[in-house]
Amino acid sequence: MTAGITVPADEELWSAIADPSRRRVLDLLVSHGAVSASWLAGRVPFTRQAVSKHLVVLERAGLISRRKQGREVLYQVEAERLDQAARAMAELAAQWDRRLGAIKRLAEAAHAENKMRNLDEP
Amino acid sequence: MLMPGLVIDREVLIEAPAEVVWRTITEPDQISQWFATRVELVVEPGAHGYMEFGDQGGPVVVETVDPPTRFSFRWNHPRGEEPVAGNSMLVEFTLTPEGDEQTRLRVVESGHELRAWPDAEKERYAEEHREGWVEFLDRLAVLVAKRWHR
Repeated sequence: MTAGITVPADEELWSAIADPSRRRVLDLLVSHGAVSASWLAGRVPFTRQAVSKHLVVLERAGLISRRKQGREVLYQVEAERLDQAARAMAELAAQWDRRLGAIKRLAEAAHAENKMRNLDEP
Repeated sequence: MLMPGLVIDREVLIEAPAEVVWRTITEPDQISQWFATRVELVVEPGAHGYMEFGDQGGPVVVETVDPPTRFSFRWNHPRGEEPVAGNSMLVEFTLTPEGDEQTRLRVVESGHELRAWPDAEKERYAEEHREGWVEFLDRLAVLVAKRWHR
């Protein structure tokens, strides 16, 4: 088996998504497109200040970007980065599926062999 | 390599008793057939071992040994550091017998650091974790694709 220590070393990305509040913010941005921090603050159970902090972290991780529209700053999801994160995560899961598949084959072969041996020696 | 927040949760049903599956996941000559290319490991809590993957490799530290149901180790921590919660990934195997001849094997790999979070946040995390990481990201990516990549 190759592909051992290949966990994506993207600390900022994972820690950005790890926080449930930021996941909520991300969820809202995905479903509503470009919105302002105050709009978000009206839809989450935490303060406007907390929303701003979460937006900074998400932006630093590359998951969202901002643009100015008139006097307002609007935030939107960076689709490519999100897709990249989803693919990296799916690859990690697939890696474990392959390992579990190999364990299954090995254990089942060992079990079959044990049974044969028991039959040979009654 | 610090990976807070990352959780992978997978399982498989194996047609073999838990004792057989246990040997497959804990004996070094077996581990080298499904995981690393070279394995140095003593299966005892706190034991330091080494796993090599081709030209890469790294230390592992055994955490829980409870045959034949629970086995866990930490890996992916920075070189020269003792792996603890916060600087490493924890891999936890749980074996659940289903009848005499079947075993459900579950693996959870996590790097989340929940200790520093307030209780309400932890509860919410546990609640949202039910969706799973892969599913959460997949769902968002699909939504995004639908919305902006027609």
